[in-house]
Amino acid sequence: MGVPSTTVSTVADGAGPALPASLADTIRDDAALRRFLHGLPGVDQVGLEQRVAGLATRSIKKAAKLWAIDTAIRMVDLTTLEGADTPGKVRSLCAKARRPDPERPEVPQVAAVCVYPDLVEVAVAELAGTNIGIASVATAFPSGRASRGVKLADTRYAVAAGATEVDMVIDRGAFLSGRYGEVFDEIVAVRQACGEAHLKVILETGELATYDNVRRASWLALLAGADFIKTSTGKVSPAATLPVTHLMLQAVRDWREQTGQVRGVKPAGGIRTTKDAIRYLVAVHEVAGPAWLHPDRFRFGASSLLNDLLMQRRTQLEGHYSGPDYVTVD
Amino acid sequence: MSDTRLAVAKTYKLFVGGAFPRSESGRSYPVTDRKGRFLANAAQASRKDVREAVAAARKAFAPWSGATAHNRGQVLYRVAEMLEARREEFVAEVTAAEGIPAKRAQVAVDAAIDRWVWYAGWTDKVATVLGAANPVSGPYFCFSVPEPTGVVGVLAPQSSALLGLVSVVAPVIATGNTCVVLASEERPLPAITLAEVLATSDVPGGVVNVLTGRTAELAPWLASHSDVNALDLAGAPGELRADLERSAADTVKRVLRAPVTEPDWARQPDISRLRAFLETKTVWHPTGI
Repeated sequence: MGVPSTTVSTVADGAGPALPASLADTIRDDAALRRFLHGLPGVDQVGLEQRVAGLATRSIKKAAKLWAIDTAIRMVDLTTLEGADTPGKVRSLCAKARRPDPERPEVPQVAAVCVYPDLVEVAVAELAGTNIGIASVATAFPSGRASRGVKLADTRYAVAAGATEVDMVIDRGAFLSGRYGEVFDEIVAVRQACGEAHLKVILETGELATYDNVRRASWLALLAGADFIKTSTGKVSPAATLPVTHLMLQAVRDWREQTGQVRGVKPAGGIRTTKDAIRYLVAVHEVAGPAWLHPDRFRFGASSLLNDLLMQRRTQLEGHYSGPDYVTVD
Repeated sequence: MSDTRLAVAKTYKLFVGGAFPRSESGRSYPVTDRKGRFLANAAQASRKDVREAVAAARKAFAPWSGATAHNRGQVLYRVAEMLEARREEFVAEVTAAEGIPAKRAQVAVDAAIDRWVWYAGWTDKVATVLGAANPVSGPYFCFSVPEPTGVVGVLAPQSSALLGLVSVVAPVIATGNTCVVLASEERPLPAITLAEVLATSDVPGGVVNVLTGRTAELAPWLASHSDVNALDLAGAPGELRADLERSAADTVKRVLRAPVTEPDWARQPDISRLRAFLETKTVWHPTGI
């Protein structure tokens, strides 16, 4: 086997709290890491998809639906990641994050806004004094095709500008060609560059091809110290899907069982309707457990989802269907 | 051989976004002719079907209202061509639905086709008739242009199953609106056959959405829906009208009232139904200095 010669050295001091012996052993060197990832149980594709489809038929109504909508709003990472983003657009996004439905001040605030590093400053100024996080993508988002130095500089820039959360992308090319150690080292290095900021690791599951790969990438990211594992950049189709999120939730659940550490999951991209969001919440509840129904442990990376949540919320409260004329355009 | 052949019965479904789905609720109801003989089962739409239909109509609005008037006219002519080709089928359905002699049904179907052509001709003339270049005292051009209202909820006439339906739907879409139609409750079958015609002509999916079911159940959801811009009460049950108008007022809908007794749809119409779902936009434009 052509195991690449990257060193997996920085681990013990980089990955935060100590791992139990069984896991600590797996990151001793490349070969051990590889053995561990390939030793993970294979995913039963049919079983997984059936389970997901079964959970998606759950009917959530009335008070439970209203609770789910508010919980989902609290979990939204309100995102704008376009080449055409401007400070003005970020400002209006921040205003929306602070008060999602101007006519209804009781609507909870979203968890965070998510922008490109150069616009973090704008968001920081707009969100001063609130509890809303400022997430910044980094490491040559969305492709991740840049040198290590550039990626780390990107991360440091975002953190210096005031980002409290960093969304990094993994090097899918390296992962798919089996250079796990390289991916691992990179996450650890970015982890260190983040300092206090939370690290979300984007696996870009749409490019990973198999469920087995998603499981491996999830564990790889968790071993390297990710606070959150995130499905996608939103720039590749398919983006977040329920089965993939299911697998990642299993990974954080198992991680908690083995290490006692709590990690989060963030599906991103393609979640546009309240119905979708509620299906994700059902999956969270059933796979990871009710404790994960919290913005510290589960997030939605989305932009148009918030409008649909607000419309559905109005529909629930007003007794008639709402329309896009009654929410802000963004 | 032909004696033993089983006839293939048509399943009448809804028409939403260019597709023919069953009702989300899985319900259907039997449709009978005037003498109480069973004709077919029709889908009984629920409020969620109304929601889906409105979403489809909203999605179709931008491209349909943005199409050129000439293009819309061509599409509507095409519908008339398709109607003509299925004339016999419509005569049979109208005969069964309305319980009138085939001769009169034929007259009604012919009138419906002609009505469609008449409205198709109006698409590129409306702006000329209802718009204006206003004389103003200043160095400006001032134009008033009619623009479509948006998504229109249409309660189709209850007794005239085809001619009445065509008379209320054609003017709505001719000017660039899209619509959600609640077909006649007791006589819904010609409406679904008309939907098949629309699906096989060039009308983009979602421009016309046809729901069958209980008018009293569905109409309030349509009237209160915030994303519906106007409501045509042509086939609204008398006792519901006040309530419908009230909930339509909550979201400032344009409401087209209708006489309690159905008018004679065979009479040649004027452009009042075209005008009903238009908004006048006036723009001031500086002249060159």
